[in-house]
Amino acid sequence: MDKMPAWADAVLVPLISILLAAILSAGVIMAIGENPIEAFKLMVDGALMKSTGWGYTLYYATNFMFTGLAVAVAFHARMFNIGGEGQAMIGGLGVALACLFIPFPHWSLALLVATLAGGAFGALWALIPAYLQAKRGSHIVITTIMFNFIAAALLNYVLVNLLRPKGAMEPATASFPEATHLPTFFDMFGSPDNPLFRSAPVNVTFFLAVLACVAVWLLIWRTRLGYEIRAFGHSETAATYAGISPVRITVVAMLISGALAGLMALNTTMGEAERLVLNAPEGAGFIGIAVALMGRSHPFGVFLAALLFGFLYQGGAELAFWANIPRELVTVIQALVILFTGALDNMVRMPLEKLFLALRRRES
Amino acid sequence: MDLATLIQVLDSTIRLSTPLLLACLAGLFSERAGIFDIGLEGKMLIAAFFSAATAYFTGSVWIGLLAGIAASLALSAIHGLASITFRGNQLISGVALNFLASGVTVLIAQHWFRQGGKTPTLEGAARLQEITLPFAEALRPIPVFGPIYADLLSGHGLLVYVALLMVPLSWWVLFRTRFGLRLRAVGEAPEAVDTAGVSVVRLRYTAVLICGVLCGIAGAYLATGLQPFFGKEMTAGRGYIALAALIFAKWRPWYALSACLLFGFLQAIALRYQNIDLGAFVVPVQVMDALPYILTVVILAGFVGKAIPPRAGGEPYVKER
Repeated sequence: MDKMPAWADAVLVPLISILLAAILSAGVIMAIGENPIEAFKLMVDGALMKSTGWGYTLYYATNFMFTGLAVAVAFHARMFNIGGEGQAMIGGLGVALACLFIPFPHWSLALLVATLAGGAFGALWALIPAYLQAKRGSHIVITTIMFNFIAAALLNYVLVNLLRPKGAMEPATASFPEATHLPTFFDMFGSPDNPLFRSAPVNVTFFLAVLACVAVWLLIWRTRLGYEIRAFGHSETAATYAGISPVRITVVAMLISGALAGLMALNTTMGEAERLVLNAPEGAGFIGIAVALMGRSHPFGVFLAALLFGFLYQGGAELAFWANIPRELVTVIQALVILFTGALDNMVRMPLEKLFLALRRRES
Repeated sequence: MDLATLIQVLDSTIRLSTPLLLACLAGLFSERAGIFDIGLEGKMLIAAFFSAATAYFTGSVWIGLLAGIAASLALSAIHGLASITFRGNQLISGVALNFLASGVTVLIAQHWFRQGGKTPTLEGAARLQEITLPFAEALRPIPVFGPIYADLLSGHGLLVYVALLMVPLSWWVLFRTRFGLRLRAVGEAPEAVDTAGVSVVRLRYTAVLICGVLCGIAGAYLATGLQPFFGKEMTAGRGYIALAALIFAKWRPWYALSACLLFGFLQAIALRYQNIDLGAFVVPVQVMDALPYILTVVILAGFVGKAIPPRAGGEPYVKER
């Protein structure tokens, strides 16, 4: 007998966790002498009440969908991939190399090849930690953390010494050629007299991210591989007994996870900056952890959580601009969400389980 | 390289190793008791901020140190609550606390000082004063030993010596006392400790709190000794390097000292020389930055001596009924 009905597990627990995180965040805003209700209004105004705001919200959400899915796929195999940040950085390198060195006739072809390159580079960066976990038992959390730092150093070296145009000071590649520029939402839905999404960075990659959500759902719940990943995540011994190779599942799940994180670079590198800069992911790899936890590793949940974090990111930028609240407020909210939906999950769950048990006892 | 340059590099090695060593020993206590802690970074960061801010307001570095330890302990308590009481995922809790520290420090720093997440520069007694060891000046003329004693060993803040003394102390506590035996046992086989009638929960909380105190000292040294102010994200990955050193040291205090000195040395080299010209080829500075992490991965992979973590590490303990 389940302790709790399924709807409470899927909806009520995360909702209460988020409510707790929101209350504490409001407390933090009050503690630094600002009004939380005013702040929330500013965030909604800046992120949701005009199309440019939506454009930024969806742009950030695109990043978080990719990194959230990356963490979620690893979670299904009971692995914690903290390396999304590094995988996204190296994915960006793949995207940049494709865009810089292949003369594309049209952006659609460029997008296709860059997707393959970004995914492959991201997957490659996840391969070594995955292999070490599978074959040598090195803890994947530690190795992926280490690989984040190694990625940062590697990218720094490549940008400073190899890809930086002659005479440039900033460690960044040259701008990508015109033909690789992705159409933004303004190009697609706006016109000179209808300034929808004007000057917002959201671009065609958003649809790719939504597609990735669907693809991950199909993979996890509708394919044999997905079944094996979930079985392995539930019980390694049972999975091995059923003939599922732990080495294969660990490596494959991490490759998929790394590829998804790498795809994030399409949005930031190809869609927005149109060149590769240092620290292009800007922490989105870590936000993926919060997004996956909040979305309970389900692609639809990840989609919703990514939208919420997109809103928080854009709203946070507006707050920093209009009120005297630094952007780091978003980091605090992110921390509280991870804390309550991830680490303190049982704090919410235990009393609820008791409550439902008590209710059921009264019925019978 | 002449002796004077060597001494300068080694001197900055000692300074840079100190926060690593304290954080590494902090992680040692926690992980030996079976509580993984990737929140060392966050605890150091929040301690750095509160120690610098309090030292600035009170004008006393020691009150600052206490404030730093208190802030670090607060995060430790949350980590304990999440991972011991509510049996949550210790890694996720650590990640959350790192973000909490990195956000909260900037928010409060901006609210209090309005300098873009920085504290003002500390002066006078608010700074960690350097201690001159006895007879430093008298011994200086002696060749080789004199400069080593007077310039390398003497002239650091008190917390540097505290950190060095913590190594034998940690070894003694962990390997020569009953408490240490139990603490290590709780990280290997908590059910056995429970059967012996010793509280697993209390032991693990103690370990987590010791970890908090040591991280607090590490953070205070960063913001009052190594640099005389707090700056945004000033820990700069030191918590993770300490974690790497802990694995490198295979969870043992004396090895931790050598691992931290090695990683501190790499930092000192990277700080002093940008690219190292070895004649045949040039070692770029990025290699020095990445070396601690690469070495750790190699050690973790078990190709050069296997690092085996405490057996019950990361597992919440559930009493059997």
